[in-house]
Amino acid sequence: MIMLVKRPTPSIFWSWATPVIAVLATMIAGGVLFAALGKNPLDAIRTIFWDPILGPNAGYFRGQLLVKAGPLILIASGLAVGFRAGIWNIGAEGQYIMGAIAGAAVALAAYPAESVLLFPTMVIVGGLGGWAWAMIPALLKNRFGTSEILVSLMLVYVAQNLLAYMAFGPLKNPQGFGFPGSRNLQQYASAHNPELIARTGMHWGVVAAFIAVIATYVLMARHIAGFRIRVAGDAPKAARFAGVAPTKMVVFCLGLSGALAGLAGLFEVSGPSGQITDSFNAGYGFTAIIVAFLGRLHPVGILLAGLIMALTYIGGDSAQLSLGLPAAAIQVFQAMLLFFLLGFDFLTNYRVKLKGTRA
Amino acid sequence: MNRRSFLTTTAIAAALAASGLPAFAQDPLKVGFIYVGPVGDMGWSFQHDLGRKAVEETYGDKVVTSYVESVPEGPDAERVMTQMALDGNKIIFATSFGYMDAVMNVAAKFPDVKFEHATGYKRADNVATYDARFYEGRAVIGTIAGRMTKTNKIGYIASFPIPEVIQGINSAYLHAKKVNPEVEMKVVWAYTWFDPAKESDAAAALIADGVDVMLQHTDSTAPQAKAQEAGIYSFGQASDMSAFSPKPRISAIIDNWGPYYVQRIGAMLDGTWASEGAWEGIGAGAVKIGEISDAVPAEAKAEALALAAKIGAGEYHPFTGPINRQDGSVWLAEGEVADDATLSGLNFYVEGITAELPK
Repeated sequence: MIMLVKRPTPSIFWSWATPVIAVLATMIAGGVLFAALGKNPLDAIRTIFWDPILGPNAGYFRGQLLVKAGPLILIASGLAVGFRAGIWNIGAEGQYIMGAIAGAAVALAAYPAESVLLFPTMVIVGGLGGWAWAMIPALLKNRFGTSEILVSLMLVYVAQNLLAYMAFGPLKNPQGFGFPGSRNLQQYASAHNPELIARTGMHWGVVAAFIAVIATYVLMARHIAGFRIRVAGDAPKAARFAGVAPTKMVVFCLGLSGALAGLAGLFEVSGPSGQITDSFNAGYGFTAIIVAFLGRLHPVGILLAGLIMALTYIGGDSAQLSLGLPAAAIQVFQAMLLFFLLGFDFLTNYRVKLKGTRA
Repeated sequence: MNRRSFLTTTAIAAALAASGLPAFAQDPLKVGFIYVGPVGDMGWSFQHDLGRKAVEETYGDKVVTSYVESVPEGPDAERVMTQMALDGNKIIFATSFGYMDAVMNVAAKFPDVKFEHATGYKRADNVATYDARFYEGRAVIGTIAGRMTKTNKIGYIASFPIPEVIQGINSAYLHAKKVNPEVEMKVVWAYTWFDPAKESDAAAALIADGVDVMLQHTDSTAPQAKAQEAGIYSFGQASDMSAFSPKPRISAIIDNWGPYYVQRIGAMLDGTWASEGAWEGIGAGAVKIGEISDAVPAEAKAEALALAAKIGAGEYHPFTGPINRQDGSVWLAEGEVADDATLSGLNFYVEGITAELPK
């Protein structure tokens, strides 16, 4: 008989081993899925996990890996800080959109003036856009005790409609023959967030993501604020006795995650994406939640998780192209990753005991 | 030889020279398709995929086609198309308006790969555009709608206020009014191409408004289900949606990309491909009218088919004057026919439509 015993403290070994096991289990279960679809499972797994890094044309894909992982890591770093404190910002997608709209609006208002100050201004305004959008759930929570989960999530839909309005209305390209979408910032030198070194995929957003990883690591591991955040999450009452003001914590955590999501949006709209369109947001804000948990809410874990998540996207598209796998199978595959992670996660908190005859 | 065709021919010559005359090589021509939705959407992407299958059927082992579905517009599309080009695809069909800037970026990097962009307006030596004259089909189903309505209120679920959709609303209204001068057009903007929930809400709003015949410019079958519940008439969109025949679906406007795809691949194979902007309608088979069900009286059916035949034969243009703009000013004088430039940038309603066009 199998028995589960709760561990007195979460196992450190298992908390790091479960993501690895989850990835392996996903490969196995995914392989079964692909085999059931009549594809060679080894080919599929190789196409998804190996080819983008080391296969032919990997020189191009390695750069794309950073392009795809950058926003995920940037957003997830901010979210993880809040999650550690038990503050659940589910609306990063909306903050991402608002950051992009705010920053792009600055550029489009300045068009066609060229200035070295334009891009830095856009970065600041983009961050502020995401921050302001995250302040709505923060203030409502502090003032009226609303759930930040619901409010931040609902604001995603508000932001999406605002995005469509902007793409069809105020930010529409006046030279676009009435078609939706803003001017392309890639063709506006002062506002463009270019690839810094050719074919590396490295743009300012990726740089910002690396900085965010380091900064949140320092914050959480070396700074008193990080200690308070962790205490607030693990033992809210103790934190209050220790003088941690819950309202300030809410403002800080939502503000930080909102600002980083806004920055991610700004770097995307001024770089790889180039324009505000009604379909600009591609789900980074939601995927980043998965990345945060896959990375154990730890900055370095998030860095790796973001890269793995990006790999499944890029490899997934490759598998569609070269093996004819349907997109839905790839999405199931990605979902398995989170499912197995959460499933195996109980090993962190529980010990499995095989009960013998003595019972 | 004008400048444009000179550039085109030299580019093709250069491309053929550079790529070692792929048109005459033993290797099959690799053809890539990129879809914005899942191929199973039973609408837009589904119809493009039927076109891809038509290419495979026609050319057999002379071609190898592959596709990637559900690709978000923006950097993901750019990456997928780059991947297709790196994989040796010689012609790539980008089947969504929002892929436009991504197509231009990738096309600039791969001058020897041909790109075909659906519904866009940017062309280059290796980028052609294609679209269908859906307003021709709208004229036909508008005629049926005008005959079928008892409440004299026709509903239109519109997606986005872009020229193609505005053409459709105007064309359907003008031809409904021709057979039923009392007719009134109600428009609801769903701001989506495919979202069953939103489309369902839009249908419900129209039905509550007293509409008894409904046209849709969005791709899901959700409005059909609503129409069935309410006992009103509807038309299939993009694909036949014959599952809802004979009622509520009394006919359909069908996108039929097969003939164009087959013709373009033929041009690739015999080396005559050139960049152009194709805009075909009922005549070339790009737009088809779905079977008109028995719910429609024989007389109205014959009238609709006769109109379709006249349009197809080029004897009648759905936008033939006298037509005034919504504000009462003259758009087309008696006998005057709308030119393609105005149509492809159409941004106003015709006289008689009381709704306001979102700006």
